[in-house]
Amino acid sequence: MNPTIAPASVEIAFSEEEAMLAQSAYELLGKRSDLASVRRWLQSESGYDPALYAELAELGWLGVAVPAEHGGAGLGVSALTAVVEAMGKQLFASPFLASTLAAQALLAGGSAAQREQWLPQLVRGQAIGSVALYEPGGSFALAAFDAHALRTAGGFRLHGQKTLALDAQHADFVLIAAQLQGVPALFLATRAQLTGRLRRETLIDERRRSARIALDGLELPAEALLVTGDGGEDASAATAHVQRCGYLLLAAEMAGGAEGVLGLTVEYLKTRVQFGRAIGSYQALKHPMVEIMCALEQGRSLLYHAATVFSGADSQREIALRMAKAQLADTYSYAADRSIQFHGAIGFTYECHSQLYFRHAQWCQATFGDSRHHRRALAQLLWPPVTPGSPGTPR
Amino acid sequence: MTDPTGPELQAFRLQVRSWLERNAPPPPPFKLPDSFMEVGTDEQFAYLQAWQGKVYAAGYLGMSWPAEYGGGGKAPIYQHVVNAEMARAHVPFMVNVIGLFWAGPTILKLGTEAQKQLYIPKILSGEEIWCQGFSEPENGSDLAGAQMTARRDGAEYVLNGTKIWTSLGMYAAHMILLARTDKGGPSKYHGLSYFLAPMRVPHVTTLPIRKMTGEHGFTETRFEDARVPASCLLGAEGEGWATAMTTLAFERGSEGGQAGGLSMVPLRVAQVIEVARQCQRDGAPALEDPLVRDQLVQLLIEERGLDLGPPRVRHPALAGPRPFAVPVMSKLCHSELRRRLCAFAVSLQGSNASLYVGDPDAYSDGDWQRGYMNAFSATIGGGTSQIQLNILGERVLGLPKG
Repeated sequence: MNPTIAPASVEIAFSEEEAMLAQSAYELLGKRSDLASVRRWLQSESGYDPALYAELAELGWLGVAVPAEHGGAGLGVSALTAVVEAMGKQLFASPFLASTLAAQALLAGGSAAQREQWLPQLVRGQAIGSVALYEPGGSFALAAFDAHALRTAGGFRLHGQKTLALDAQHADFVLIAAQLQGVPALFLATRAQLTGRLRRETLIDERRRSARIALDGLELPAEALLVTGDGGEDASAATAHVQRCGYLLLAAEMAGGAEGVLGLTVEYLKTRVQFGRAIGSYQALKHPMVEIMCALEQGRSLLYHAATVFSGADSQREIALRMAKAQLADTYSYAADRSIQFHGAIGFTYECHSQLYFRHAQWCQATFGDSRHHRRALAQLLWPPVTPGSPGTPR
Repeated sequence: MTDPTGPELQAFRLQVRSWLERNAPPPPPFKLPDSFMEVGTDEQFAYLQAWQGKVYAAGYLGMSWPAEYGGGGKAPIYQHVVNAEMARAHVPFMVNVIGLFWAGPTILKLGTEAQKQLYIPKILSGEEIWCQGFSEPENGSDLAGAQMTARRDGAEYVLNGTKIWTSLGMYAAHMILLARTDKGGPSKYHGLSYFLAPMRVPHVTTLPIRKMTGEHGFTETRFEDARVPASCLLGAEGEGWATAMTTLAFERGSEGGQAGGLSMVPLRVAQVIEVARQCQRDGAPALEDPLVRDQLVQLLIEERGLDLGPPRVRHPALAGPRPFAVPVMSKLCHSELRRRLCAFAVSLQGSNASLYVGDPDAYSDGDWQRGYMNAFSATIGGGTSQIQLNILGERVLGLPKG
């Protein structure tokens, strides 16, 4: 059976609670994360404002998607969509994404002890979590990863290299994806266990922090493995959930970023005068801006649909998430690209804010699957390849 | 007028579905057009007019229009259900599109009581077909530059000038028409008046124009001292520009209130996927070609993104900083997507792409080739895509006028 492309019964839902949360996010970050402060914090070692992060915790944002029993509000990951969109628009950098992904991994596969130890701290902003998925080869497919874990008498020994582990330097624990008997599994390693194994990476998005992790010989106890089910060994569910969260939150971040850079460029086109006219009156500049706007409107619709079906049936959810990520990655990349070009020579300078969005867009495109990766996956989902010579298989 | 509940609506949906199953017209022995802009023969017209009459008689057209003018007086959701069921059943479109979707809503919004009573019931029944006289040979995108004149003479106006690209011009009883009643205004936007002009009066002649497909589908309409009653003036004399803008908002779908029914044969990406399944490229279905698959996915993403626009902006908190973007961009995005879908479907046919309507070997009787050509009617008519880009840039993004 091929998944159909029929629309879900409820296409887009958005609660009062989510609307209020979104409004407070735009208000707070609008005041506290302007572009001057973004530039200030990107020069710091940690890359973020710990006081503001503590405020987010006080406001309950870090617990929106964490169940009440662990100190959160239990609204689910989809309720973070508008908050993360606001963060993207304001180019707000913090360990929010890394910690949210780590919390979700623990919820999907963590043991009771792991959840009790870490979730309340993550919610209160007293601990930072991270997830290490990628590897030096640059692949997005978990199945293609080389890092692996071998069982030992006391637990596991890990081998390989991980890259782009978000905020890993200041994380209290990192969830590391490694193959265990051919299945992509997650292992929890604490800061102490990772001592001497991290190297800070230099990212195109200067607001972000990430690390490369050398795993070779890393010894972890048996309870480090995240599994789902009652004592079962299904370790892949947690990694799949983390990925889905990543698709949704990255899509949200890109919708916000695209809105931000569209606004920045439109403002410039209204005020910059050449040949006696505001340059936004020229169709060569006006029409591409409209095309970006139309693509962004479509992207936001896809995003909120993906949020709506996030906890629904597997194939519909995956189609919706990948469509949103693909559309917004290309829209944001193009919007930022045109922002540089349409600013003229000033757009080529470090001083012009366009570069902040441009770098952010590049990072977003390359994180949790670029648009080509997702379109390819969509084609596979919609039209699975046929085994040659199998009669009757729908083509 | 209260919104019906879910079960009520579901019962209504099943009732419509069953009516359509029993009453959908049998396929005719001739080719049907895909839109009202492509009606080129008397037999096509008669078939479509009869279908509209049948739908109206069953109570499935103009369901939200006021009952005193022949409408159903119900909540708009009923008509939406009918429209969706019609699309599902692949029944023909409503031929009187200009009356049902553009002129009718304008008359209901701005017309006098007498005008509503005179025109609305026969728009719905399809007895009186409407056409549009906005474009002139020298004034297409520059609509306000209209040169046609209307001179008041007693209880009549005397019309002189030429309108062009008149879809259904051969069959129309009335034309919504812009003419200049005053040339001395401070700008070209002043002194235009909006008429509900009768077509079947002396000194109005229609000359068929052949489209790029070689078929007939619209006319040039000449007015040479044609006399029309002053009672067909809509709104105040000299204030026709604002009325024309109201009509364009209905035409482009940025304002609701249309009578409903299908306005054209809908085109979905799913149909192009079917072409990719059937057409072979280098010994395998085109659907197995990675480049084809990627393009189809891109088209699906675009279609889904457009489909989800209206449900998103129904949530005020999700409308975003430009609440009018989604309705205003609809005409541009849908007409351009349709054009590209047709072009892509043609490109899937390999060497057969060069076969055209009439050749026995043409894929799907050459529908996609002809559809591609006809798709330009929507990217040019009603304000070209380039004009739409200006409108969106200026009115929605706030960029300065050129």
